[in-house]
Amino acid sequence: MVTALDSARTVIGQVMDPEIPALGIVDLGIVRDVRVEGSSVEVDITPTYSGCPAMEAIRTDIENRLGEAGFAPVLVRTVFEEAWSTDWMTERGRQMLLESGIAPPESSGSNAAVLCPRCSSEEIRLVSEFGSTACKALMACTSCGEPFDRFKVVEP
Amino acid sequence: MTAEDHFRYVLRHADDNLVLAQRYGEWITRAPELEEDIALGNIGLDHLGQARALLTHAGEIEGQGRGEDALAMFRPEREYTNLTLVEQPNGDFAFTMARALYFDSYQLGLWAGLSDSEDPTLAGIAKKAIKETRYHHRHSAGWVIRLGDGTEESHGRMQSALDRLWPYTAEMFDADDLDRSMATEGIGIDPSSLREEWIRTVTDVVNEATLTMPTGPPIQTGGRRGIHSEHLGHLLAELQWLQRSMPGLKW
Repeated sequence: MVTALDSARTVIGQVMDPEIPALGIVDLGIVRDVRVEGSSVEVDITPTYSGCPAMEAIRTDIENRLGEAGFAPVLVRTVFEEAWSTDWMTERGRQMLLESGIAPPESSGSNAAVLCPRCSSEEIRLVSEFGSTACKALMACTSCGEPFDRFKVVEP
Repeated sequence: MTAEDHFRYVLRHADDNLVLAQRYGEWITRAPELEEDIALGNIGLDHLGQARALLTHAGEIEGQGRGEDALAMFRPEREYTNLTLVEQPNGDFAFTMARALYFDSYQLGLWAGLSDSEDPTLAGIAKKAIKETRYHHRHSAGWVIRLGDGTEESHGRMQSALDRLWPYTAEMFDADDLDRSMATEGIGIDPSSLREEWIRTVTDVVNEATLTMPTGPPIQTGGRRGIHSEHLGHLLAELQWLQRSMPGLKW
């Protein structure tokens, strides 16, 4: 039997990160809790970075989708504790990043090398510790010559 | 402890971040290279995010319906209680990096201390922010070292920036009654306890940069009491102009 909580979770699973459209917010690891009571639902989300400008869009998207699915009222809360880290990203999330040309973060404590997402070369260089969004750094592959985004590791 | 004290305490840390975020924003399209333009924009955004969370929290503590926007846009200069350091104009790139090194090193200690606050929201914001501050510190320290240990020109400019900003650093550790009472309540920390570690952190970077630690007395400052240098008024005029002209405007 599909409970109301299951359907709320399914709906939330369809919300994508507007800055990385390949990545769902559940796979990104920012959905902390979902509580359903009758037709009302409360969702706790946590920002990847304090100033992440996507939070507003994500909140609106969650509200709209849950509203369309018949939930009312819908309350989306921002929680800071405990602070997000890239360890909360799912394996599927990492795979989706890789497929969209973004080098995914390794798990904390892992010694895995960063590979070029296009040619898998280990011959890469850091261009800038800051990239197109707060969560990414800019790198370049010295084998194939392509620049690429790297999702920064945020330790727990 | 009164709610008023608690409100004022959270607000002063919000103000530091908001004013500094505005200064970083002024660099956008003017940084010495494209990657730096993006870096300074990103760092400013982190400070803005920290400010927004703190302003929202302060408004909730105050309980008079003032949200982040009301607190940012409709308080006059005398009600801003940020440090004088963060309102100093950007100057050249070395000057901005010196200000960043001083302030980032301070925030490392501040957030670590506030992570144990009895105020769970403040502790949560601090635990989030410290990760961002470590990244900022790596950036500012990296540049101070690169410029200090660079050419004769860059070395001279970096040393001059450290020297000129030095008199503003004492204010960071100058505990007032509010700091002390918040520390006693377990909500805040006594900033004078951060000084020793701060000196060590900054000295390590300055030595590696082949620069000299500045000395000299602090200037008289009153940022925490709302007494500012002439620069804050100009900054707020730009920040607040639109909302002052057309209150409540949205897009």
